[in-house]
Amino acid sequence: MANTSAPKPAFMNNPMVKWIDYRLPIFTFMHHELHEYPTPKNLNYWWNFGSLAGIMLVVMIVSGIVLAMHYTPHVDFAFNSVERIMRDVNSGWLIRYIHMNGGSMFFIAVYIHIFRGLYYGSYKAPREVLWWLGIIILLLMMATAFLGYVLPWGQMSYWGATVITNLFSAFPLIGDPIVTWLWGGFSVDNPTLNRFFSLHYLLPFVIVGVVVLHLVALHTHGSGNPVGIDTKGPQDKIPFHPYYTVKDLFGLGVFFLVFAAIVFFAPNMLGEPDNYIPANPLQTPPHIVPEWYLLPFYAILRSIPSKLIGVLAMFGSIFILFILPWLDTSRVRSARFRPIYRIFFWLFLIDCVVLGWIGANPPEGYFLLIGRLATAWYFLHFLIILPLLGWFERPLPLPTSISEPVLKGGGSVAAAKPMEKA
Amino acid sequence: MAQSAVTHAAGGGHGAEGTRRDFLYIAAGAFGAVGTALALWPFINSMNPSADVLALSSVEVDLTPMQLGQRITVAWRGKPVFIDRRTPEQIARAQADNTADLPDPQTDKARVKKPEWLIMVGVCTHLGCVPLGQKATDPRGDFGGWFCPCHGSHYDTSGRIRKGPAPKNLPIPEYAFLDDNKVRIG
Repeated sequence: MANTSAPKPAFMNNPMVKWIDYRLPIFTFMHHELHEYPTPKNLNYWWNFGSLAGIMLVVMIVSGIVLAMHYTPHVDFAFNSVERIMRDVNSGWLIRYIHMNGGSMFFIAVYIHIFRGLYYGSYKAPREVLWWLGIIILLLMMATAFLGYVLPWGQMSYWGATVITNLFSAFPLIGDPIVTWLWGGFSVDNPTLNRFFSLHYLLPFVIVGVVVLHLVALHTHGSGNPVGIDTKGPQDKIPFHPYYTVKDLFGLGVFFLVFAAIVFFAPNMLGEPDNYIPANPLQTPPHIVPEWYLLPFYAILRSIPSKLIGVLAMFGSIFILFILPWLDTSRVRSARFRPIYRIFFWLFLIDCVVLGWIGANPPEGYFLLIGRLATAWYFLHFLIILPLLGWFERPLPLPTSISEPVLKGGGSVAAAKPMEKA
Repeated sequence: MAQSAVTHAAGGGHGAEGTRRDFLYIAAGAFGAVGTALALWPFINSMNPSADVLALSSVEVDLTPMQLGQRITVAWRGKPVFIDRRTPEQIARAQADNTADLPDPQTDKARVKKPEWLIMVGVCTHLGCVPLGQKATDPRGDFGGWFCPCHGSHYDTSGRIRKGPAPKNLPIPEYAFLDDNKVRIG
């Protein structure tokens, strides 16, 4: 199939490159997947966030490896070793602030990427497994972020770890032994910190593995596009390089501008001041909150009065995404042609923001009531509204090709061109 | 001859119930799976509390300096243990509430060895925060016992859960009075 495409770049004729490529076709592979990879020509900037998330993963791994060279995973030294990184290690403050805020930037990119998928129906056939792999990445990211937040051994680290590990005690019979096993003792303590460090180092590489599978699944059927109809032939596509490499790099520049602004001017904006107090197992801070990216799930947990059902609802709020491709019964992918779904999409987005705001506030009075309504709406959206919309909504007429909305009648131009199929 | 008999038997076994080869395949696979699971166990078990963690599991407390109505916190297994020298009013209130509507029913008698001394693990049974109420200035909730600020659980003067998301009463650790003024926890 590669034979029909454009000529290979000059460096591929270098004898050394040819010698290696004959034995390990790494250059052919890279050229095929990163250069000539045919991509729909109408992708907008919302399609940047996949590559942005990938780049943030690299930033996190690189900064994290360097931090691990200076960090001591022991309850007596962890807090001070982090402060030493901040004060004594050359550029330590910069690397730690990059790592600390990089986590938030990673989640921003991934959440926008997910909502892009929700708006344009990216989870629909034949991309369900691609979607599943994305949810697995999200779950791994949450686990990694939680484990990493424990490492500085501040008050929020300690009590966040206590609250989250105690979630598992909700399960009858097996709950308490599981929690003791997770802790390696009878409370969050040194064995817990040690294993959290070990796993925090491991999981990002597991994420890399799942990202590779995510990309294999992506390249099997190719990217979706804002119009949501399948590409009809080569005339609907352009090579990934230089068109999308340049578009992604421009987006990266803007994204890094925001990232740098936070790192240099407001590095503690997204953190909790309590985490600069060393962990004290005998004193709970008056108000425990997780990092912002976990707040909506925390709000769901707290809005349900039963401990076990609260825990199940919190996990369920993510696991429900696995069956989303079947809950959404509409055959039209893009919300552009689904006038009613579009309204519910925005309501759902607002609902998630409201849940995040509730998660940051104490569970009492109006906050509790609003939290309960928002939790109910979250599940209602997936379990009732999406299945019914597919039946009752009348979608707008779809264009005949992805060229049509761009070129106004480009379909005929495309038809005049001979198809270059092998 | 034996060779051909085996071949014959294997060939003749084709049908709904499968062949000898299928049996060997499944048996070998099951054996391998069980062996792998057994080899995995030491790795899983290594994450359970180690001998040195288990060895640190008892603590002795001198109760002589405690006043009536005073509450103190001691660390046991890395967790806070509340020791409460209860006033007669608090004891009476706890006993009167034996018949109240309790989410986790337990009499006050079942929770103490001597009514004056209430000893329990000060970890909220919801998600593990330390409830407030040890200091005289702390909020003590609607029932005069303890109040967990994390998610709003109220405990009474016997440490029983009365209101809020926690499912259980504050747990009672193993303890023994060594003499009138000394207690060993754990």
